[in-house]
Parts: sequence; C-alpha cells; structure tokens
Amino acid sequence: MSGGSFFQRDRNWHPAAYTPGYKTSVTRSPQKAPISLDNTVSEMTGPVFGHALIGETDNDLLRNFAHGGEPIGQRIIVHGRVLDETGRGVPGALLEFWQANAGGRYRHKKETYLAPLDPNFGGCGRTLTDADGSYRLRTIKPGAYPWPNGVNDWRPAHIHFSVFGHGFAQRLITQMYFEGDPLIWRCPIVATIPDRAAVERLIAPLDMNNAVPMDSRAYRFDIVLRGRRSTLFENRTEGN
Amino acid sequence: MVQSLPYLKESPSQTAGPYVHIGCTPNYSGIEGVYTEDLGARMVDAETQGERIRIVGRVFDGVGTALKDALVEIWQADARGLYPGPSETRGTADPHFSGFGRSPGDMTTGEFVFETIKPGPVPFKDGRPQAPHVTVWIVARGINLGLHTRMYFGDEEAANAVDPILARIEHRSRVQTLIAPRTLEDGVPVYRFDIRLQGEDETIFFDI
Repeated sequence: MSGGSFFQRDRNWHPAAYTPGYKTSVTRSPQKAPISLDNTVSEMTGPVFGHALIGETDNDLLRNFAHGGEPIGQRIIVHGRVLDETGRGVPGALLEFWQANAGGRYRHKKETYLAPLDPNFGGCGRTLTDADGSYRLRTIKPGAYPWPNGVNDWRPAHIHFSVFGHGFAQRLITQMYFEGDPLIWRCPIVATIPDRAAVERLIAPLDMNNAVPMDSRAYRFDIVLRGRRSTLFENRTEGN
Repeated sequence: MVQSLPYLKESPSQTAGPYVHIGCTPNYSGIEGVYTEDLGARMVDAETQGERIRIVGRVFDGVGTALKDALVEIWQADARGLYPGPSETRGTADPHFSGFGRSPGDMTTGEFVFETIKPGPVPFKDGRPQAPHVTVWIVARGINLGLHTRMYFGDEEAANAVDPILARIEHRSRVQTLIAPRTLEDGVPVYRFDIRLQGEDETIFFDI
C-alpha cells in the first residue's frame, strides 16, 4: 500500500478538456496548460473506506430501492477487478455506480426524458473491492437515451463508475459500455477519447461463464487505476 | 525487438455527466433510503481538534455562469498536518476527522459548502513544510477528466510566500486563483474559493 508517487497520467490517452463535438465541454474546458506537480503526501494519500460503510444491498440495484416489486428490465451481473497499471489488484477500492433505468430514464429532478420512472429502481449502488481487487454488482441493463447535443444524439447504454484507489491522485470517474452496442461509435462523449484502443477498454464483453442460468447474464468490466513507483531506490523518503 | 513492458493503461476517463449526484450524493438528488447519508457529507464531529472553518465557493464556466451540476471533493490533513488512513506514515491522524468532503453544488445557486477544520502544514518531498492547503477535485457535465487544484488560506501569507508549490508557478498573477480570502460570518471563519474553469482568471489546475 505504501509507495512512491503515481505514474504520470497519459493525457493523450484520456480525452482532452476541449472537445467541441461534446458541446458542453466548450465553455467548461480550461484553456491554460495544467501545471505539473510531482505528487506530495497530499496526493499520495487519500480517503480509505471500510466495510462498515457498505450496506447489504448496496451493490444490488435490483433490491436497494425496490418498493415491493422487481425493477423492469434485463437482469445482469457486472463483475471484474480493479487493477493498477502494474497489473496488481487494488483491494478496498470504493466503487460507486449509477445509471438510467431500462427505459433510459434517470431518477433525477432535472431529467426531462419522456420515458417513465420505474418505482422499483433507484439507479445507484456501491461496493468495496476484495483482497484481489474483484467486485460484483447486480442491476438491470440500462436503456439508451437521447440527449441535447446534436438534435438526434443518443447515448449508448452505459453505467457510470466512480473509483477511489489508495491515493487521491488515482481518483477517476468513467463509464462502462456494453459489447455490441452500435451507438458506442456514434456517441460524441465516447468520441472525446482520441484512441479507439482506449475506447475499447471501456466496453464490457458478455461473460456467459458468470451468468446465472435462467436468471441473469453477466458482463465483465475491469478498471485500471494509475500505478505507483517503488520507493526502494529513492534517496529522499520524506513525505512518502 | 525488445522485451515488452508489462504495464496496463489507466482506464480512460469519461465525464461524470449531469446526473453525477445520483451516484455520489443520492440523498441530495432525492433518492432516499438507499444510503443512510451521503458520502463525505460530514467531515467533523463534536470532538474534532482544530479551528472550525467553512469553505464555500462556486464553479464558473467560461461565460461566467455558475455550474449547477458540479461535484466538488476535498481531501485535507487534520489540524496537526496528518492525513487520515493507513498510508500516512508520520503518525496517526485525529480519529474524529475524516479528511474527505464531498459537496454537490446547490441546484439553484451552484454554491458548494464544506464544514471542516483548518489543516496543519504537511511536508514537501524534501521535508520543507508546505503551506496549509486543501486538495480539490472537480467533476461535472462537460468536464472530460476530473480537475485537480488546491486551495490555500488567505490568512497564511507568510507560509504561502515560501510554499514550494506556489513558488514554482511562473505566472505570479495566477497564484491568487489558489488563495481563498478569509471572512467572518456569524462568528464562523469562512474561506471563499471560487473556481473559474476558463478565462482571464482561470484557476490553476494541476497535472498531478
């Protein structure tokens, strides 16, 4: 868990701040270059969350908001591992996830899409990774939905993931997409990622070996956080 | 050909989108009964050591409009300059302090609020003290990769003047974008830290 600074973030792999195809980014993108800051203790540490935080149904979106019934939609399991760039599992990582319901509607005051809310589906959950970095959640497959960007832009089905590693420098929010969805390659938000190979890192394959027969299909989604240097050969250890 | 290095690539970021509050502060967004309380809503309790302060601010876009769908997170040391958690090797932080705060911008005004304590100084890599500061992370619709910045304290002029991070900022006129002025409101010290995503007074963001 202890260690040196985190590997430099590859800003050509991540989306740029200014991506005019995604219109909202135009006035929300910093125009000056970010100032490089080799990690200090303020970035190498980060909040750590314990199992006391997590309720029994927090990772089960079929149950955690149900009001006497089952959510409508295709039952799925999403599972995988949180790894760092060295390939090691990240234990105790807090994952938070949120999504639209099966009709593509979010449970949010400002959401205006005409698809109906599902009284048994809230659309949020969370879990902590195990000792080897693995996690699992159960939900319904979210629907695609239209959004005001181009006049006829639709988001592919997706689940948002927020991830805490061990250092605040690793903080990451991303989205998981579903194998085979033709909307992925038409989406202006997906297209903010410049490299097709990077987009593919966000597309979860169908994983029938983890399906529950006659119940739920499964998708596999691994998440990679920044790796960190060893301090073995560092001369100065203060602050590490 | 050479041997290949075994590293993986970090998962690419995607925007938190307009509904980040569903996942990160569901009670605030009206989804009640799933979690007892929203994560990061309480940083202190009655026994937390240190000076009680409030950090407030808004996030402005390039047109000068306050964002109403941002999520702001902070991470800071306790009053003695120790970070909570197992990766702190210099001692054990105040058990009554979480160090982590998360605030949704108010849906009408966009204002974020943290009730916290003033942090102590923490060391730079070479052992020199850094001026007291709070690490800040901002996500919202239209922000493709979460933005890291720092808030320093306006009443720490002497410490700010020798802070090793602030000292290396070439454009001196931009340093003030990181320094929050202190005022008193109803007896509570309030630091106002407005964040400007674009424009002449663009906040300094860090590639950390």
